[in-house]
Amino acid sequence: MSLWLAIARRAFRRYSTYRAATLSGIFTNCVFGVIYSYVYLAVWAAAPGAGGYSSQDAVTYVWLGQALIMTVALWGGGTTEELAERIRTGDVVIDLYRPVGLIGWYLAGDLGRAAYHLLTRGLVPLLVGALLFDISAPDGPVTAVAVLLSVALAVVVSFTMRFLVAALAFWLLDATGPRLLAVVLATFLSGMAVPLVIFPDGLREVALVLPWASFLQTPADIWLGERTGWSTLGGLGLQVFWAGALLALCAVVLTRATRKVVVQGG
Amino acid sequence: MSIIEARDLERTFAVRRRAGRLRRERSTVHAVRDLSFSIEAGEMVGYIGPNGAGKSTTIKMLTGILVPTAGHLRVAGLDPSARRTELARRIGVVFGQRTTLWWDLPLRDSFELLQRIYRVPPATYRRNLDRYVELLALGDLLDTPVRQLSLGQRMRGDITAALLHDPDILYLDEPTIGLDVVSKGRLREFLRALNDERGTTLLLTTHDLQDIEALCSRVMVVDHGTLVFDGPLAGLRSGGGARRTLVVDLVDEAPPIDVPGASTDRVEGPRQWLSFPADASAAPVVAAVAAAYDVADLSLQEPAIEDVIRELYAGG
Amino acid sequence: MAEPVPARALEPVRLYGRIARMWIRASLAYPVSFWTMTIGAFFTTALDFVGVWILFGTIDGLGGFGLQEVALLYGASGIGIGVADLLIGSVEQVGQHVRTGSLDVMLVRPVPLLVQVCADRFQLRRLGRIAQASAVLAYGFGAVDWSPARLLVAIGMVLTASVVFFCLFVTFASVQFWTADSSEFANAFTYGGNVLTQYPLTVFPGELVKMLTFVLPVAFVNWYPCLYLLGRDDPFGLPAWLQVAGPLPALLLCGVAALVWRAGVRHYESTGS
Repeated sequence: MSLWLAIARRAFRRYSTYRAATLSGIFTNCVFGVIYSYVYLAVWAAAPGAGGYSSQDAVTYVWLGQALIMTVALWGGGTTEELAERIRTGDVVIDLYRPVGLIGWYLAGDLGRAAYHLLTRGLVPLLVGALLFDISAPDGPVTAVAVLLSVALAVVVSFTMRFLVAALAFWLLDATGPRLLAVVLATFLSGMAVPLVIFPDGLREVALVLPWASFLQTPADIWLGERTGWSTLGGLGLQVFWAGALLALCAVVLTRATRKVVVQGG
Repeated sequence: MSIIEARDLERTFAVRRRAGRLRRERSTVHAVRDLSFSIEAGEMVGYIGPNGAGKSTTIKMLTGILVPTAGHLRVAGLDPSARRTELARRIGVVFGQRTTLWWDLPLRDSFELLQRIYRVPPATYRRNLDRYVELLALGDLLDTPVRQLSLGQRMRGDITAALLHDPDILYLDEPTIGLDVVSKGRLREFLRALNDERGTTLLLTTHDLQDIEALCSRVMVVDHGTLVFDGPLAGLRSGGGARRTLVVDLVDEAPPIDVPGASTDRVEGPRQWLSFPADASAAPVVAAVAAAYDVADLSLQEPAIEDVIRELYAGG
Repeated sequence: MAEPVPARALEPVRLYGRIARMWIRASLAYPVSFWTMTIGAFFTTALDFVGVWILFGTIDGLGGFGLQEVALLYGASGIGIGVADLLIGSVEQVGQHVRTGSLDVMLVRPVPLLVQVCADRFQLRRLGRIAQASAVLAYGFGAVDWSPARLLVAIGMVLTASVVFFCLFVTFASVQFWTADSSEFANAFTYGGNVLTQYPLTVFPGELVKMLTFVLPVAFVNWYPCLYLLGRDDPFGLPAWLQVAGPLPALLLCGVAALVWRAGVRHYESTGS
């Protein structure tokens, strides 16, 4: 356990050295937060209660989205980026012969990175949003803990998806196409483009059970009190299911890839 | 008129340093100061010094990338930073550590692009390309993307790229870094021929003193932003605190030899090592030793250039 | 070198074309990758408009504008940023060039730095975004009651939008001469300006709209010309001539962009980092 913590801590520290990048990123998150807040306020003024959200819920949702973009690495990035590079250069062989599992190694690092991004690019935009707009807070410590848990699971699910895309580099010379596709799907199906709750009937039900809903919609709904009690547990349970299933898939893919690297020498 | 003329060149940088938790102190650092030299057309000059001594700052000023803080600078009659694009047609620059070629393009495409960029007349371009491709053995590599070239191949490509527009001056920053012995030798031969035939002025910075020994009749040594030596290679040897060594093989073992003008550094059986200042003549020492001892054999060792420079740095 | 002046003035443009063509050739060497990326870019942005469409599933009008009118705004802004991104989007990489030292390599070549930075890694696949925006704009044009004057304003709108985004890219990329790893800062203004102008400005407070008119004039990208195309009075009571004034702020922005870029290069020349 202490090894994972050490890896996570190291990733946390490494990301914290890019100070100018963090500051400019926070600024950008805030600008987009302001823009979308006004747009959503206009939408919810025209259609009060759309998707079961109040205007306040909608604006809160906007700032939660800005806070989670970097934390769950919605648009890629994170330690999986290094993995893809190491697969491309062949250095990944070194990772494969480490005494600790490759997936755990990169996951721990990614959680450390996510912690850093949550504290900086998550927390600061939320505070700015709270200053500029009327946004709601979780209604108690239990909800807050549930939100944190949900965000942590969001990072794990997002990690597995990014891991699978990165692993394509074992087989494809140029994985830019699939990467782009992954980002598009994540943006649209996480509820980042538009909250999933106002998706048209049919599409909404499907989107809500897909893994991408974990990224933003599920933690946001817990925060907003749209999910309480059993519904919260259900949401977290679905996230746990996806995290477990996708981690297992990662393991299968890695085994195949290892065999390929070992047998064919790269 | 000299092709490069620098007088009292100075370049300072403002550095901000943390002093305490929030306070920051500004201080000024001299990267280069009181730098004066001139280089005649056709010279081959080695520019050496330890890391951070001001070598790359000087090269950046000579190419116009960096504006000097003070002083007078003319390269090919132009003020480099004020007329950078104009100067660019007259100079070629090879950055040893980074390529000037386009990473994803085949070598040939990179060359063609440079032809357009420098507006090299087609006939000149063809003549130069053929010539350098042959001399540097690049023929088989023209259709290979640059990222697939080895370090030595890329360096050859970079040198060709820097020469397509017939520059009067060629700056080479660590051109042999990372190359194997054979490639180094070939490259030096090529540069010497280039200087011979075209009269191209060469200024090279390097860590490999064999580059200098093979190519340069003149060396400039920079340390802490100032020139500590400027002169012929031979002068570098005699200057500074460097010493020559006289190895004496006596017929019998003896206590350390004691003659005026030399000191005995080491005794090993009948063999003794005597050293004396590099600028002093060896004859009196040899004569004194031969007069007082039974000598079986004598040999003289020149100071290694590395030691000479180490001495210079230590003294400067 | 007795060259006629116009030929010399066009030289940078010709060189830009040369470098860009070389990159196109390089990217077409991998046709599968090229086409997946181009089509991918089309669908990425297409899904973006699907988002707007979903919003309109819950409402009839946004800030007093219908879906087709919003499409007009969206398309114009999208073409603007699309063209700017295609032609000079690579300017975003300037911080990277500073970090890796490739900026020095460009500085010792006899071509204006801006031309080299903009043409570097020219990506034809960015056409995908322009294609999507054009399709949306074509749909939006259905909301316009056409006249020769409106056609002229529509053409002017697309040109102005491109020039404005062009300037925003250059101006805010120049910041990277001072802090090399702050490329995201520019996104707030380039992509932020794009997202903002995808919606009718009536959803924003009047003070903000004034700022977007007189300080950071992105309102001229599509908002004012679209008011003209749709024959609407200004909802904020601003003068009607603003609706056709677009080229003026665009020209002013060009001046600002040129100045900031030059200041950035000067700064680099005086610090070397």
